[in-house]
Amino acid sequence: MSLSVALRHRLPAFDLDVAFDAPPGVTALFGRSGSGKTTVVNAVAGLLRPDAGHVAVNGRTLFDSSARRWLPPHRRRIGYVFQEGRLFPHLTVRGNLLYGHRFAGDRRAGAGLDRVVGMLGIAPLLARRPADLSGGEKQRVAIGRALLSAPELLLMDEPLAALDEARKAEILPYLERLRDGTDIPILYVSHAVAEIARLATTIVVLDDGRVLRQGPAAEVLGDPALAPALGVRGAGAILSARVVAHHNDGLTELSVEGGRLFLPRIGSPAGAAIRVRIAAQDVMLSRGRPDAISALNILEGTVREVRAGDGPGAMVVVAIGSQTVLARVTRRSCAALGLAPGIPCHAIMKSVAVAPGDIGTGARDAAG
Amino acid sequence: MDWLGPEEWQAVALSLRVSLWATLLSLPPGIFVAYALARWRFPGRQVLNGLVHLPLILPPVVTGYLLLLTFGTQGPVGGPLRDLGIVLAFRWTGAALAAGVMAFPLMVRAIRLSIEAVDPRLEQAAATLGASGPWVFATVTLPLILPGVVVGAILAFAKAMGEFGATITFVSNIPGQTQTLPSAIYAFLQVPGGEASALRLVVVSIAIAMTALLLSEVLATRIARRVRGA
Repeated sequence: MSLSVALRHRLPAFDLDVAFDAPPGVTALFGRSGSGKTTVVNAVAGLLRPDAGHVAVNGRTLFDSSARRWLPPHRRRIGYVFQEGRLFPHLTVRGNLLYGHRFAGDRRAGAGLDRVVGMLGIAPLLARRPADLSGGEKQRVAIGRALLSAPELLLMDEPLAALDEARKAEILPYLERLRDGTDIPILYVSHAVAEIARLATTIVVLDDGRVLRQGPAAEVLGDPALAPALGVRGAGAILSARVVAHHNDGLTELSVEGGRLFLPRIGSPAGAAIRVRIAAQDVMLSRGRPDAISALNILEGTVREVRAGDGPGAMVVVAIGSQTVLARVTRRSCAALGLAPGIPCHAIMKSVAVAPGDIGTGARDAAG
Repeated sequence: MDWLGPEEWQAVALSLRVSLWATLLSLPPGIFVAYALARWRFPGRQVLNGLVHLPLILPPVVTGYLLLLTFGTQGPVGGPLRDLGIVLAFRWTGAALAAGVMAFPLMVRAIRLSIEAVDPRLEQAAATLGASGPWVFATVTLPLILPGVVVGAILAFAKAMGEFGATITFVSNIPGQTQTLPSAIYAFLQVPGGEASALRLVVVSIAIAMTALLLSEVLATRIARRVRGA
């Protein structure tokens, strides 16, 4: 199950020229507003006909300018979750959910109403009208409607952008369930690093209509070269962790390669594998082992790369086992500590380093 | 309704029949033309728009005369139709055609406005869910424009009920055949002692017009509420 895209299209502001492959799982299309993300998604869905290129899903060609092949949207079998939901106002929630179902034919066996309704928690809403739903409920119904059309690929164009933080937190777990519970590849457009860090298996970074970088999520988010594109607050590494134990003082102990991390109790049971994001700006570096310090989370590693920015800052990549942590420090500190590739050092994660919403399965604030 | 004489009653019944058919038969082309004008960009779009609106601007006598030239038994369309056994001139069917043509611009305007109010992004969403063009129209566009269609149909019906100039030119004023309500009022006013009959028909006209207007208001709000799901 995969998607391959190669497109060229002239836009008023710039020329779009992208090519990428999306393996199974969630592929995040990341970039600033106006970097061409929605154009790419619309071209994949068939709502926009690009000047040239090629789009294929699971080996089925949807668009090929050289072969003059262009499938209209209704024959592409692609589910599209729009930013504004676009529910049909004249139909009930049930009517909306089943809208695409009737066109799905034989394929719909895999996407039963009960299962989708259960997964998204929308059973109590079935008889209601879209006008009576909250923003978060609308998006869940929109996701269900797309799923029930039995798509071979799911497109999500900033599905959370129109929602406030509380509603986002309400929907993210459903998206994770979707990622983990179905084998439909998802192309997920967003400019929010926190969302992407939590959901994406693969990241494609777009900038002014070009692909800046594509690769596994942890690799791309941990790439110091992308810090400018991700934004100072966006840059940060993702670590795979396992829940070791929940302690009596309210902390959960995680094991990562190279050490232990503590954070306020999270919902995942002991033994669960989760992802932890550590923002580069929340990491301090120390040459010697820090002593008598309030921070609980200290990992020992080796400097792999130091990348000076345009300003006074620098991005330091610290290898901890096979994983890496990004630290944003000043160039002055780099010089003072003599940080260079191969130098052993300690990465100190400040208490806020493990932020809510960035943790794989939803948790609360972190404290020291 | 025994206060209406048989001749008067005949005119009312004929008018209702003519207007009903005129409205029903112009609905499908009315929706199609409204959709084309609202959504499609094609060469000749302004010409089509002008043609549709022509009966609204032309003197009705001119429209009636043009209909007579075209659909009369010697006309380019009326001739072949007569060979098929369909005669429009001086028949109630011709009255329905004249009423339909005169009411067409009103109907198209109302429907076109409601189509322009439909968010095309909803239609795109339907397409990504697997609905082909005709399905999108039948399951999304049409339900959403229903209030406009109802308003357009009732406006057209009311206009058809009142049509006089084009009808009398095209199909004349034959009692029981082409004498609609306005023609009958006109005829009664031409004969001595006919004023009482004319007045009774005037009352009927006002009643029908008011009912149509009220009905369109009630229906349109009710459908709009159901469509918006509020």
